[in-house]
Amino acid sequence: MVETPLTRNMRADGEAPDLKAYEKAGGYQSMRRALGMAPADITNLVKQSNLRGRGGAGFPTGQKWSFVPMGSDAPHPKYLVCNADEMEPGTFKDRLLLEGDPHQLIEGMIIAAHAIQADVAYIFVRGEYVLAAARLRAAIHEAYDAHYLGKRIAGTDQTLDLHVHVSAGRYMCGEETGLLNALEGKRANPRAKPPYPQVSGLWGKPTIVQNVETLCNLPCIVERGADWFKGLSRTKNGGTKLYGASGKVRRPGLWELPMGATMREILEEHAGGMQDGVTFRGALPGGASTDFVTADHLDVPMDFDELEKVGSRLGTGTMIIMDDRTCPVGMCWNLEHFFAQESCGWCTPCWSGLRFAARTLRAMEEGHGAPGDLEALEHQAWFCAPGNTFCALAPGAVEPLQSALKYFRTDFERHITEHRCPWT
Amino acid sequence: MALSADEEREIQGEAANYPTRSALCIDAMKIVQRHRGWVSDEALRDIAGYLDMSVDELDGIATFYNLIFRKPVGRHVIMVCDSVSCWIMGAERLTQAIASRLGVAAGGTTPDERFTLLPIVCLGACDHAPVLMVDDDLHHDVDPAAVDRLLDRYP
Repeated sequence: MVETPLTRNMRADGEAPDLKAYEKAGGYQSMRRALGMAPADITNLVKQSNLRGRGGAGFPTGQKWSFVPMGSDAPHPKYLVCNADEMEPGTFKDRLLLEGDPHQLIEGMIIAAHAIQADVAYIFVRGEYVLAAARLRAAIHEAYDAHYLGKRIAGTDQTLDLHVHVSAGRYMCGEETGLLNALEGKRANPRAKPPYPQVSGLWGKPTIVQNVETLCNLPCIVERGADWFKGLSRTKNGGTKLYGASGKVRRPGLWELPMGATMREILEEHAGGMQDGVTFRGALPGGASTDFVTADHLDVPMDFDELEKVGSRLGTGTMIIMDDRTCPVGMCWNLEHFFAQESCGWCTPCWSGLRFAARTLRAMEEGHGAPGDLEALEHQAWFCAPGNTFCALAPGAVEPLQSALKYFRTDFERHITEHRCPWT
Repeated sequence: MALSADEEREIQGEAANYPTRSALCIDAMKIVQRHRGWVSDEALRDIAGYLDMSVDELDGIATFYNLIFRKPVGRHVIMVCDSVSCWIMGAERLTQAIASRLGVAAGGTTPDERFTLLPIVCLGACDHAPVLMVDDDLHHDVDPAAVDRLLDRYP
């Protein structure tokens, strides 16, 4: 049987299990076990499990924790932050975990907090996730009443206060250091690294930021062990993954599958294939800021390593499907418009380059493309490459653009030579 | 004018969550906006005074965030997702249908101050595209032809 630890408690009616139901299903047993373990042992367990961050970058979780200063000399308070600012276009996986099983996230956070000896934790949730915030607050209230949060959790020496911060909205808040600035009540501009947040983060104190799905994996790792977790996966990256599909497929949705499921399997078996009258042309495999893949790549396992080999990224694992009735230029315009609008304006390649790219794509789509536009767009993609910008926004923003120019170049050229969008 | 007793009490209710006073400012603006509908210059002065911040610093923060309104909005705010999955599934037609029904362009407020129409980034419900929010309610799989019925629920 295929195991689905992340979604095992999800109810068909969409209601979240309350504390009683969660505990009846075995909930908070992993917390008890983890609180009885030495912090370094939890970090080692997570390292051995090969859990990699599910927010998009795929950084090894246990390794991240190992950078946090530990011991009696370590600065306090230390902070744990859950990044629930799900704003990557095409991504809707954390919403399910937040709304469907909030106690699983809280339990995961208590485990992570114990591992890094955090005193205070925040869940940074986007403002539009109204139901998620309400359910989190209700679950946190229950957890405080049960002494799973607050002072001396479950009779141990671990203390943890957990707060929900509801964001006022901006894509930049999803970037780790931008999020920390937002939590401090500032504009969500990115911070220079080093110092890394693990050493100097929130209010200058050691801070770990993890995505919702990453934290939700912790209870089952503590419960079943690193080898079991690795065994869930078909590839070297451990665990299961919440995969999704949106666009003109028959059954758009989300599915918890073994890490390394192929795009073909997700698209055909789970999403039911393409809608009548359209055919598959390409996909952004993990949200708006990942490179396009095409029909040639459908049998690539969806994990952090394999998608990189074909020039893309797993990202958030939620695929955006492009069909033959959708114009690639129009789609790129939509994407670059989003990124240009959400750029915080902090560094020039991002605020200037993305705006230029969006303007050029708009002109092309409206029939005003000019010879040289494609080269200019390619130059912008280079201009925004990693190393030229403060944070990952612009490098991510140009991923779909640079790959569209590669795979759908004829379509771009037709916009210029025909002075119109062939799709309208 | 200063902060009302309710506003002050609600802001103070969040104070224990943060070690500094200025960290409260985003919560404070959201609270005041809930009471007054938007964050006016006067509201900014009230909040800045209460949190010992400069008005300009607070305005820089207010204008950074999508969900802080620095202009008056209608009784109901309609936010139509214009990001990629909804765009593929017809968000432009949906926005046009609502705009023509209300007689305002995106960013506009109806003369009777009932609705403000705003574009919004991906709402994280892409498997039900196109989606929109009216106030705190998320609406899935919205059919442009059924917009009238949907809006009737918000008098």
